[in-house]
Amino acid sequence: MNLIPNTPRITPELVAEHGLKPEEYDHFVKLIGREPTITELGIVSAMWNEHCSYKSSKVWLRTLPTTGKRVIQGPGENAGVVDIGDGLAVVFKMESHNHPSFIEPYQGAGTGVGGILRDVFTMGARPIAALNALRFGDCHNLKTRRLLAGVVAGIGGYGNSFGVPTVGGSVGFHKRYNGNILVNAMAVGLAKTDEIFYAAATGVGRAIVYLGSKTGRDGIHGATMASAEFGADAEEKRPTVQVGDPFAEKLLLEACLEIMQAGCVVAIQDMGAAGLTCSAVEMGAKGDLGVELNLDAVPCRETGMTAYEMMLSESQERMLMVIADGKEDEAEAIFRKWGLDFAIVGHTTDTLRFVVKHKGLVEADLPIKELGDEAPEYRRPYEEPAPRPEILPSDVRTTASVADALERLIASPDLCSKRWVWEQYDHLILGNTVQRPGGDAAVVRVNDGPKALAMTTDVTPRYCEAGPFEGGKQAVAEAWRNLTAVGATPIAVTDNLNFGNPEKPEIMGQFVACVKGIGAACEALDFPVVSGNVSLYNETNGKAILPTPTIGGVGLIEDLDQTMTLDFKAAGEPVLLIGKTKGWLGASAFLATVCEREEGAPPPVDLIAEKRNGDFVRNLIRDGVATAVHDVSDGGLLVALAEMAMASGIGVSLEDAPDGMDPYAWWFGEDQARYVVTVASGQGAEVIHKAEMAGVPVMKIGKTGGDRLIVPDDRSIVVESLKDRHETWLPIYMGASS
Amino acid sequence: MKPAVILFPGSNREQDAVRALRLVAGAKPQVVWHAEHELPKGTDLVVLPGGFSYGDYLRCGAIAARANIMDAVRAHAARGGLVLGICNGFQILCEAGLLPGVLVRNARLRFVCREVLLRVERADTPFTKAYRKGELIRIPVAHGEGNFTASEANLARIEGDGRVAFRYARRDGQIDETDGPNGAINGIAGIYSEKFNVLGMMPHPENYIEPEIGPTDGRGLFESLAGALKAA
Repeated sequence: MNLIPNTPRITPELVAEHGLKPEEYDHFVKLIGREPTITELGIVSAMWNEHCSYKSSKVWLRTLPTTGKRVIQGPGENAGVVDIGDGLAVVFKMESHNHPSFIEPYQGAGTGVGGILRDVFTMGARPIAALNALRFGDCHNLKTRRLLAGVVAGIGGYGNSFGVPTVGGSVGFHKRYNGNILVNAMAVGLAKTDEIFYAAATGVGRAIVYLGSKTGRDGIHGATMASAEFGADAEEKRPTVQVGDPFAEKLLLEACLEIMQAGCVVAIQDMGAAGLTCSAVEMGAKGDLGVELNLDAVPCRETGMTAYEMMLSESQERMLMVIADGKEDEAEAIFRKWGLDFAIVGHTTDTLRFVVKHKGLVEADLPIKELGDEAPEYRRPYEEPAPRPEILPSDVRTTASVADALERLIASPDLCSKRWVWEQYDHLILGNTVQRPGGDAAVVRVNDGPKALAMTTDVTPRYCEAGPFEGGKQAVAEAWRNLTAVGATPIAVTDNLNFGNPEKPEIMGQFVACVKGIGAACEALDFPVVSGNVSLYNETNGKAILPTPTIGGVGLIEDLDQTMTLDFKAAGEPVLLIGKTKGWLGASAFLATVCEREEGAPPPVDLIAEKRNGDFVRNLIRDGVATAVHDVSDGGLLVALAEMAMASGIGVSLEDAPDGMDPYAWWFGEDQARYVVTVASGQGAEVIHKAEMAGVPVMKIGKTGGDRLIVPDDRSIVVESLKDRHETWLPIYMGASS
Repeated sequence: MKPAVILFPGSNREQDAVRALRLVAGAKPQVVWHAEHELPKGTDLVVLPGGFSYGDYLRCGAIAARANIMDAVRAHAARGGLVLGICNGFQILCEAGLLPGVLVRNARLRFVCREVLLRVERADTPFTKAYRKGELIRIPVAHGEGNFTASEANLARIEGDGRVAFRYARRDGQIDETDGPNGAINGIAGIYSEKFNVLGMMPHPENYIEPEIGPTDGRGLFESLAGALKAA
């Protein structure tokens, strides 16, 4: 068979439409020694776009710490794998679906969840939890309500039907996301350490099978869309958004796990971004094998699909596998039982070529290793972000009292209760959800216990904007702290790096500094990065989002008896503040919400203090001394205390700010490495002594009890009324639309 | 006790039901594939679990109600055998004609997952003997289409025969019709068949059974079943 003739001719316009730069195209032509066919152009555009090739980010991602004594699989596979003992591993990853969700929020968010679940079960793990991190535009923006409602319904619609509990996440608002929202979805699964499945194919002449839903014309060029900025025509890109089918995904999960159990699977790769192209190339390239596909056998949803369309379709809920010799019939029977398509669409070869045949013609014949390895890699120019000045308490003026400011903060879009959101997610299915959404971290029991996993997603974009290096460190530190606050040992992270256009040196500068910050924190906290995703070009009409490197952290709890919640447990308990308070108001929620100023350098993160203080708090939990623990983050100390009071209905009487400390800086400063801890009455002095011995800054700041939050020299606030404000902002805001 | 938990494509709380039967009732449930024609020999309880059978792409439960195994379930019920349908299982029972009425979309048109208070309407059935009549129990719901409704005639019969199993209630025990999770008529959360051997309910007692996870008010239902079937 000969290669089909080049119709249409490959013009510079066609190359540009495929998102390839002229020099990238020239490199490709040189690589294959001739002009490509249109199908080949589609294939290379899919493999070499930013989304699939990480061409702008790769050099920096390599600097992250990715190994550790528990790490079984770091970045580069469908998901990271970390040993949790007893022959079990936790498998997890986070991925963005930002552009599709802005265009079509329900389907965009839903397929984001579907994609990440598939990444996890492709590795042989059964998903046990889902989380997310969402960022929307300013709440006054006309689109925000519709996007929020659609995204939340989409996440719920997919996860609830698939049958995974959505146990945690975060929702934030800022005008910089007006034209480009963020939907980062994380999935966590459980597998046996000796039954992990990988993408690398082995063995020549083995059948490559296609499993799952049929291929349609949806999502063609989705990955290319994800690799470009939005213009005013963003909504015209709706046809590139895929449509999700959680029912098909549930069947795919069960069928895949069943054929893995039956020993049928040699290699497996889900069809995510760039569909059949990416999955087939990865299987071959990783296994040092060639792949030959026969598209006549691909199950199609509609007739007349071209090779080009089949290779670039991003139809959801599809898998590619290499089947063990002689196991084809058994595998097929299992798939038929679940009502799914099963077709042998090709085989492995020893040629190291990626050959695609359709209707008797060769549509593509490309060197498989080079498609992956020879993808362009850029060391893009970047500008060091300019440091911002420190904001001193004396620079901050407000007419609001401390109590007024607290009321405003806990009912602000970023800090209000997100119950309206997480009640639309089934967070209880599978019967293992020990700590539900609303705490520092979700806690999910492992099988029948006593082990459990803690999980959280964190990032403070305004810090990353104000100082990307400290902001990157802080995102990791906060995830680590949240896991610690529920009693877990933090074990590993996944990252989802959302930035603007990397071709702009200032954006690349943010990226580089954030990655350096993440690396420094992961190194210091022994918290390796095992998987991740980069989402660039988050810009609309030239305006970039806030730099948002979301960190998904996972921690291990050896025994459920040693876990902790943030609600006050009883009246009369001493309230202790662990960690040093300087009163850092720069880039704080107080400054933004109460003073309407987004200025100043973000709080510095002292990683040594972070580790020392966290280890101390975790030991208090394990020793059964702490009765409640909450990390201090957005909004500072008083917001943390209010959250502990609202969660329990128990009030707290607070002592004066220390001498010489500005009250706003004391109550609302966002110094890092801090926790609020309560202990049983009478145990305060002993714990303070212990902390001092360990070099951990500690002070008694109040006592629980009553039904009010009492700040000295200010009006007291009834906890119930505070809670009412906290709980009602979001439902009222969303109610205005329905 | 020999429970059979039916597995439809898209069921997703079958393992939650299995765990509750195992831990609370000490049973070893069999999971039965929808395409089977027979229940395992000696089955004395059939559980239709929660989930999204067939994706709920038609009416909820409509396709599952026509699965092969449902003829065997109908025959089992006709013999007086016990059948419990939870959430999607309740929807399937209504579609299968084993219970009257229908579950439509929640009044607020959103999926809702949260703990609710249920008032136990009678404590003299095989499903509720471990509770007290009028007792308020904490059980979670997780559904998008749990809004029970029925024709006036059917509703009158259900109420007249005392066939309401549970109602969404407030803390003072009053029926929570307006503020309930889904807008169900008369606050109905679950109903019995005429012979009280078939129960369909939207809330998930199987998720509230273990103290290390959370509240345990769901145990009573499985304890009741274990008691009823031991005595039988």
